[in-house]
Amino acid sequence: MSSPVVHAHHAPQGFIRKYVFSLDHKVIGIQYYFLALFSVLVGMSLSLLMRFHMVHPDAKVHWFSTLWPTAAQGGIMTPELYLSLMTMHGTIMVFFVLTTAPQSGFGNYFLPIQIGAEDMAFPVLNMLSFWTTLLALGVMISAFFVPGGAPLSGWTGYPPLSAIGAVAGPGEGLGQTLWIVSIAIFCGASLMGAINFIATIIDLRCQGMSLMRLPLTCWTWFVTAILGLLGFAVLLAAGVLLILDRSAGTSFFVPGGLLVSDQILNHKGGSPLLWQHLFWFFGHPEVYIAILPGMGVTSQLLSTFCRKPIFGYRAMVYAILAIGFLGFMVWGHHMFMSGMSPYSAMAFSVLTMAIGVPSAIKTFNWIGTLWGGKIRFTTAMMFALGFVSLFVTGGISGIFLGQPALDLYFHDTYFVVGHFHMIMGVAAIFGMFAGTFYWFPKMFGRMLNETLGKIHFYVTFVGVYAIFTPMHFLGIAGNPRRYSDFTNFDFLGKLLPVHNFMTQAAYGTAAIQILFFINLFWSMKYGKKAPMNPWNATTLEWTVPSPPPFDNFAGQHPVVNHGPYEYGVPGAPNDFIMQTDPVDVVREPHA
Amino acid sequence: MPSLTSDVIKPPAPPSRGFGGGGSDGRGASRRASMTGLMVLLAATTMAFAAFTSAFVVRRGMSNDWVALPLPRILWVDTAMLVASSVLLEVARRSLKSGRRTEFNRYWTAGTALGALFLLGQAFAWRQLNAAGIFVASNPSSSFFYLLTAAHGLHILGGLSALVYVDVQALSLRLGPGKRTAVDVSAMFWHFVDGLWVYLMALFLVWG
Repeated sequence: MSSPVVHAHHAPQGFIRKYVFSLDHKVIGIQYYFLALFSVLVGMSLSLLMRFHMVHPDAKVHWFSTLWPTAAQGGIMTPELYLSLMTMHGTIMVFFVLTTAPQSGFGNYFLPIQIGAEDMAFPVLNMLSFWTTLLALGVMISAFFVPGGAPLSGWTGYPPLSAIGAVAGPGEGLGQTLWIVSIAIFCGASLMGAINFIATIIDLRCQGMSLMRLPLTCWTWFVTAILGLLGFAVLLAAGVLLILDRSAGTSFFVPGGLLVSDQILNHKGGSPLLWQHLFWFFGHPEVYIAILPGMGVTSQLLSTFCRKPIFGYRAMVYAILAIGFLGFMVWGHHMFMSGMSPYSAMAFSVLTMAIGVPSAIKTFNWIGTLWGGKIRFTTAMMFALGFVSLFVTGGISGIFLGQPALDLYFHDTYFVVGHFHMIMGVAAIFGMFAGTFYWFPKMFGRMLNETLGKIHFYVTFVGVYAIFTPMHFLGIAGNPRRYSDFTNFDFLGKLLPVHNFMTQAAYGTAAIQILFFINLFWSMKYGKKAPMNPWNATTLEWTVPSPPPFDNFAGQHPVVNHGPYEYGVPGAPNDFIMQTDPVDVVREPHA
Repeated sequence: MPSLTSDVIKPPAPPSRGFGGGGSDGRGASRRASMTGLMVLLAATTMAFAAFTSAFVVRRGMSNDWVALPLPRILWVDTAMLVASSVLLEVARRSLKSGRRTEFNRYWTAGTALGALFLLGQAFAWRQLNAAGIFVASNPSSSFFYLLTAAHGLHILGGLSALVYVDVQALSLRLGPGKRTAVDVSAMFWHFVDGLWVYLMALFLVWG
């Protein structure tokens, strides 16, 4: 450690500056984490309502009519209400959970500490970024409470449905406008966050923290920030065009001569496909924004809890970069159905298959890390292993969907729902659980309860497979997605018991999450006190007290002498070497 | 038997030089981070305008309702003013480097004033189009013209507030060495929005 220097800003006094409008990256990280926690509760409740409606489409539920006097008159959910629940479930989950917790939550908290910096590069921008995200969430949630209710056009907001106003149905008036405004605000917040992450990682690394000594978590946060930067800028542009189509009478996305609800619209000459291109140019990288930080956490945890260096560190880094790069070249595979030229479809298909290569490199390296390791089955490790399992399961179905010929069949079926929930939804959420169990001691100074954690893990793991595996079979059987009611179709009649099973599994999986929340809040106050380095891990966050002081290193400047994954080192005093250990900590073993 | 972990007991590589990792050394790191932040911001802006451009090209190419927009002549004056303001800022920056504070103040103020005039000129162009009955929804060409000039104008407004901030600091003799980063970052951002405008003009001329 070098001599202490005066910190750029002093620890704030007073509740408001310390916990509300805080400039401290750690507080902001926790704020993001709780924002995502609130959002995931909302998103999960919506999915339970949807699953309920699918198996009991005619059930009269008294409180539905209290909540939605027009959309659920007499307690029966209308198809439009179902679609609005679907739209809001997808939007809230994708933007306010999957984009928010792994990157803005954990990334904000741990990126500066892991690279030996006192804070993010631009603390004020960081605070603004959180508060704009919260504003975006508020605007999004408010769509439930306006006349007409929440929008119906899905998290992808396809025009013409999303572009022509209330004539397209309830929720397509003010509700849809609020949706777009919220997404635009969110884009702004994400851009601010991305600027901060990239500048911090490039310029604020401590002495000795070369790029090839970065923990893989930092690499994934870095590449995720680049994806967010390039993707959200395009989504923002597309959102502005959509707002103009709705409110200024322009025709970017709305074709001419459109007859909707017995009205001929005034728009002419626009192209709904243009939106799809712009949206998916953001939308596909968004998938990696959700999953990459989970990959980083998994790599970190597998190495730590196997007591072995990560297998193929450099290959992992290059695979992360390759996934980020290729992620921008495959957006067309979401549009095979749009009537694109088969030659374009083939190009997108080949590029999509190419992502399988870096993904397989990562999977092989995870298994290589496990091979011959002294595995410690902590709850955090279980969730990391669960991530690998779900990533493989969800990834394999992606290979089918990447084939245009197969996608034409599967595209509007539950096969796709199963695929993206496995890989983008549940795998990413397992990454968050893994991160929570791993870093909770550092964030709150106490350990989470391992027994409750294990029960939570096993039930959740079995539960998510029980929910989403049958969806693939439903898709093969031709069960369409986005339908609110399957009872009126003969060919779907035999599939209803499967839907019933999935709904029961969803109830069970949701119920066990209560255990997680109990564990989280109980342990915050009553958990076992956490030592500085409970997992015997090597990275910088484990060299400081739990929780870390205001400027992370108490005025000291850490110096890094080692890579991040030096576990099981022969000749080391312990079986591992901290990144800040002196150069000569290892004695050469006797030959 | 060679162990899987044998490679980690080699002596560690020396820390890399140049590209970070050299220790956060107060103002140096903060200046570098500001520059990086600026570059990243410019990348995001470029992506947004690339998205607008691709929408522009696709929308124009795929339907037959596009009517070429008569560009108001004042745009040429605006373009000249914006380019001149960039040149003035650059001259100001060089004066500052050689320690000629008074010249810096003069040129920087002139550059900022030209920037503000550009914005006025753009408003004038909008008024001319309005008077000719061309509104945002009249034709896709006018939709894009209003959209792109507005989006660019917002960036000009952001850049202008940075220029004004530096100018106020300079004129009230508070432009210490710690503010050099603000000078450089705001000037570079200004050059970027200047270049962006030249690009947009070319787009309007070639395809508008």
